[in-house]
Amino acid sequence: MLALLEIDQLQIDARKDDGSLLPIVKGVSFNVNRGEVVALIGESGSGKTTIALSALGYTKPGLEFTGGEVRLEGQDVITMPSEEKRQLRGERVAYLAQSAAATFNPALTIGEQVTESAVLHGHFNQEEATQRAVSLYHALELPDPERLGKRYPHQVSGGQLQRLMAAMALCSKPDLLVLDEPTTALDVTTQIEVLKSFKSVIKQEGSSAIYVTHDLSVVAQIADHIIVLYAGEIQEHGNAGQVINQPSHDYTRRLMAAVRPLPAAGQGDETSGEHRRDTPALEVKNIIAGYGRKQADGTPAITVLRDVHMTIERGHTVGIIGESGCGKSTLARVMSGLLPASKGEVLLDGEALQPDLRKRSRNQLQKIQFVFQMADTALNPRQRIDQILGRPLEFYLGLKGQEKRRRIAELLQMVELPQEFAGRYPEELSGGQKQRVNLARALAASPEVLLCDEVISALDTIVGANIIELLKRLRKQTGVSFVFISHDLSTVASFADEIVVLYAGRVVEQGKTDHVLAPPYHPYTRLLISSVPELRVGWLEETMQTQEAQAGIDRVVKLTDIGCPFFDRCPIAIEDTCDREAPPIRNIGDGHTIACHRSAEEFVR
Amino acid sequence: MSEMEEQTNPAPQFEELPDAPPKPRLKLSWPGKLGAVLVLFWVVIIFIGPSIAPYYEADILDEELFIVPGGDEYPDTDFQMPSKVAYLGTDYLGRDTLSRILYGARTTIGISFVATMLAYLIGVTLGIAAAVGGGWLDTGLSRINDAFLSIPHIMLGLIVIAAVGSTIPILIGITGFIYATSVFRIARSLGQDVMVSDFVEAAKVRGEGLWWIITREILPNIAMPLATDFGLRFVYIILFISSLSFLGLGVQPPMSDWGSMVKENLAGLLYGSIAPLVPSLAIATLTIAINMIVDDISAHSGGKLAKRMI
Repeated sequence: MLALLEIDQLQIDARKDDGSLLPIVKGVSFNVNRGEVVALIGESGSGKTTIALSALGYTKPGLEFTGGEVRLEGQDVITMPSEEKRQLRGERVAYLAQSAAATFNPALTIGEQVTESAVLHGHFNQEEATQRAVSLYHALELPDPERLGKRYPHQVSGGQLQRLMAAMALCSKPDLLVLDEPTTALDVTTQIEVLKSFKSVIKQEGSSAIYVTHDLSVVAQIADHIIVLYAGEIQEHGNAGQVINQPSHDYTRRLMAAVRPLPAAGQGDETSGEHRRDTPALEVKNIIAGYGRKQADGTPAITVLRDVHMTIERGHTVGIIGESGCGKSTLARVMSGLLPASKGEVLLDGEALQPDLRKRSRNQLQKIQFVFQMADTALNPRQRIDQILGRPLEFYLGLKGQEKRRRIAELLQMVELPQEFAGRYPEELSGGQKQRVNLARALAASPEVLLCDEVISALDTIVGANIIELLKRLRKQTGVSFVFISHDLSTVASFADEIVVLYAGRVVEQGKTDHVLAPPYHPYTRLLISSVPELRVGWLEETMQTQEAQAGIDRVVKLTDIGCPFFDRCPIAIEDTCDREAPPIRNIGDGHTIACHRSAEEFVR
Repeated sequence: MSEMEEQTNPAPQFEELPDAPPKPRLKLSWPGKLGAVLVLFWVVIIFIGPSIAPYYEADILDEELFIVPGGDEYPDTDFQMPSKVAYLGTDYLGRDTLSRILYGARTTIGISFVATMLAYLIGVTLGIAAAVGGGWLDTGLSRINDAFLSIPHIMLGLIVIAAVGSTIPILIGITGFIYATSVFRIARSLGQDVMVSDFVEAAKVRGEGLWWIITREILPNIAMPLATDFGLRFVYIILFISSLSFLGLGVQPPMSDWGSMVKENLAGLLYGSIAPLVPSLAIATLTIAINMIVDDISAHSGGKLAKRMI
């Protein structure tokens, strides 16, 4: 049988300044059969998106096709005249971009956008297309399918928007779908839901797909075939079970090794007490904070954090975990003073700090350093690396000239970057290297507490794993305390001494890593743990059967003023109690607390 | 997958790949190159124009120069066609058009340039102050700015000049002030974008003062878009000053200036004279040339600048 899509010795080059060609894709060949999902997996720069886009006969600006063929049902799409390409795109081959939020036009209703391409290509008239869209909403298990089309993109959640994008792509019944990292930016609980509906709709429609991602665990759930790419070449190609269970290539094994084990008790990297002293490095007490204008009673218009307590011992790492919107970044901003708390105290070395950073002394500022999430935006693109690292040295420690240069060299060495990087600009570095510079800048201040806000979320698996190793080493060498914020429980589990689980701005569970990751769990912690994708085929189906998943997945975090905010997602919620009264904080022992109306015995089931 | 395995079977090193191929440096397209050549040409003229001009700008040519053997004893000197005497013909008073263009380049481009600089000095300073200061400062400055923006430029210029008279410093001052309002808006919006970026936040967490944040973090990051806008604004100002001159309120005779040259010689169109066309052509070549360069810079930065400028 003729394959639907045949990619044959495909070569794509980038044209450099001097007119010479830089190969990006180096002779890649593979086929996609009807009804088959082929995953392209690799790190940034491996050429996976470039290859996937070639199925639409498209290259990003600056790139050009220099060899090989891409045949859709035997017809070469590269040499196709542009008028025919226009017919091809959206009708026969549809593309799903990474960010649904950026794909939808906020000014048009969802229905108009989902049906647009099908109507434009003359595939359906408006009425038929709308009917088709509604049946797709049903297939994708979206809420209120009949009226969904009349709503605007901002009226649905991020996970729903992501699924709507699939409806948009599928509306004109394309032969081939190209999915570019469609779940990468989502929370684990949302990711499950989106994966599940993608999988079922692809099966139902019998479509073929190219699935681009860097996440092996995701691939294991959805792909029939896996192609592992590195630097524009295929390293390994096989069906999903085979590649996952018996990887034959070194690079695949390396990728697998970088996948973090599932969160469980006993992984916590307990730090020795060598740096410990009596007073904790940083302590927050009864923090209430939020955004908007202050009201008469001193609380902000939108309260995000409510009564948050936590203690960071010297040399210890505290992981803060929760989904988007739970207030974890807000907490870091309160600690650093970027967002002054409305009530409560931040104590550094037992000494109360001013809520607003502008009133804190330079010495106090020096001791708490913030590492921003996106190294891309956290480094000034107009400053060289030595200027970026040199400024805190000059500003806090008054170092100049020779001494400053020596210290910059030490810092670069500490984060394992070559010395010649000092003279470069951030855009000449890769993502992981930028994140290292970002860390080095914070370390330059010789801080006592390092606030790391999702520092590895934007990085590839292997690169992220390397950064975690680096952080572990730095922690041993310097005795710095870490506040490590992440939505990825596996990362936190392998790195933190203690874990704080935040939900809707409230601490639902906190304690030592081993305690938090072992029963009794708060129902939310349990949901988080069970949502981390496992690197095996068939995990998705099993998980969807569990009680937590059915109750709690695909709901958004809502800030509530009364009761327990987790109420509507909780499988063991008590009607009339959980939605009315704030849950009591139960002390399980050894500093392990759970905020819930249910007693410890009831959790263990 | 476990650590044990990794130790016994060390995986070979796979180097981290850079995120994206390096950004190409700014390359001029052929219209861009043509634009650069034309701009360069006029810049050279500013400096050497008066010394290569065949006559002084206010000189009215002698009749004798136009006497041809067997011709009229007292020939017309005004609106003459190009000849060996006056390469680009003469104007309505019989002055050499070429010389006036060469002298006028200095006046027109010079005044416009100084006015653009002034507009930038006022606009960028206040725009950044509004972006960084925020709150009441921002609201106050922006509303006042909106009020001035709502008055048509040429009206505002006419009223002020009619009231205080037309001297070159006043012309520069009023033009700079009027165009500072547009610059203010652009500088403020560019500044606001950079203000919320993580690296400015990082500088704030470090405890940096306002001066450092403005000069080291913000200005270097908005310099490129501002430079592009400078080109466009310069063009608008040339046209504005030419319009004022055309209305007779700009540069005063006998000084030559491209805008007033068009106006003075308008009547020449009836006699088929090229006198009004030459200065028009000069204005067109310079402004279009600058636009062609700006287009390239704008395309280089992903077309984002062009959008913002509309």
